[in-house]
Amino acid sequence: MAENQYIYAVARVRSREQSLLTEAFFSQLVQAADYNACMRLLKEKGWGAETALDPEDMLAAQREKTWSFLKEIVGDTSIFNVFLYGNDYHNLKAAIKEAYTGKDFPDLYMKEGAVDYRVIRKAAAENDFQALPEEMRGCAAEAAKVLAHTGDGQLCDVIIDQGALTAIRQAGEASGDDFLKLYGELTAAAGNIRIAARAARTGKDEAFLGRALADCRTLNKEELIRAAAKGEAAVADYLEKTEYREAAGELRKSVRAFEIWCDNLLMRRIRPQIHNPFGLGPLAAYILARENEGKMVRIILSGKRNGLGEDVIRERMRETYV
Amino acid sequence: MENIGVVLALAGAVLAALVAGIGSAVGVGMAGEAAAGVVTEDPSKFGKVLLLQLLPGTQGIYGLLIGFVTLTQIGIMGGSSDISWVKGVLYLVACLPMAFVGYKSAIRQARASVASIGIVAKRPDQFGKALIFPAMVETYAILALLISILAIFGINGLNV
Repeated sequence: MAENQYIYAVARVRSREQSLLTEAFFSQLVQAADYNACMRLLKEKGWGAETALDPEDMLAAQREKTWSFLKEIVGDTSIFNVFLYGNDYHNLKAAIKEAYTGKDFPDLYMKEGAVDYRVIRKAAAENDFQALPEEMRGCAAEAAKVLAHTGDGQLCDVIIDQGALTAIRQAGEASGDDFLKLYGELTAAAGNIRIAARAARTGKDEAFLGRALADCRTLNKEELIRAAAKGEAAVADYLEKTEYREAAGELRKSVRAFEIWCDNLLMRRIRPQIHNPFGLGPLAAYILARENEGKMVRIILSGKRNGLGEDVIRERMRETYV
Repeated sequence: MENIGVVLALAGAVLAALVAGIGSAVGVGMAGEAAAGVVTEDPSKFGKVLLLQLLPGTQGIYGLLIGFVTLTQIGIMGGSSDISWVKGVLYLVACLPMAFVGYKSAIRQARASVASIGIVAKRPDQFGKALIFPAMVETYAILALLISILAIFGINGLNV
């Protein structure tokens, strides 16, 4: 009966899916003459306001619109917190660094989060993380301690990133929903591979990797650490033995190509939800589709601003949900 | 014990109306939620989704019909209600197809209706095709109605 809970919400999402940006529209954006032409096209689609807005403000407004729509249709959105953990842990990094440097960076915070960013900021400023959720407390205290003792901002980020991947995977598992489980696992696995590839490129040791990688079901952490310690080629060779073997070729090209492959994989896995009239899946897929849309708009706008050619921007594009 | 025949037959009539009615209530409710979702976003689709919402409601009507016919046959609506226990059992059994097939088909038809409402939300021009999918489920509710009616009318002529 649980899936019957979301019939009304799924029907509303089905109608809203009509307004998702399509591949044809993205192609039009890429072909637009310049940045201003892109902004005009987006405004015609209902993105942003009449007055010229900063693209980041426009994207934040879109994200806020998506979440307020979800709150309206399902009431309690805590089941979707798994999609907000990335923002929470980003805010945690900002708050810990703000507390360490003693400077204010209010623009760094993301407003949409499972935990109010002001709570995270206060906790970091007071170096008391009891107000944070249990799964966040440990890594927050450890990251703050490491930064205070060593001043190593990268290690601080690594600890928080590992905490984020672990929290996302665990939240997916705990939800009991197949779709959210898949999302949690894919996010953790993709994050691990990305970290391993970057660590291999910069020659990090096994101890660093042990701290940076999160546990996940589809990858063997110990084998991945050993492979990353040997180099990038060994990471790609290890992937050949896993269910992410298709990603090995992409990783050999570049980490960016691998990241695009990960995003495309997620889109391909969520696409069947477009035909599913019941359950949580279509709602979760809609959130991810909107996130993906925001990512693509950001890539195009930043490409246009920096004068990148159409081909370069097109190479960075992801698959769309609709 | 001498009225056991009419009690059993009445139980059959009640089951047909009750179980099929519950199925329809659940089904129309499910489809109604989906229809409300679509109308919230686009009120112009009201007529189309209303029709899809109503489809799982027919089983309840068939159940009521079977219940009513049984009541007239066993004399509860007037006439003699003196029927044997064997006839009572037969009336009860005759009502079961409508009760159970009605319940299950209403729920399954509602699921098909919800899916079809999704089609209307995105492709209102495909309404005709969307209507066919849940309508196919109706076939089995009609078959159950037929067999229950034939059986109920047939029992009357039996000498048991």
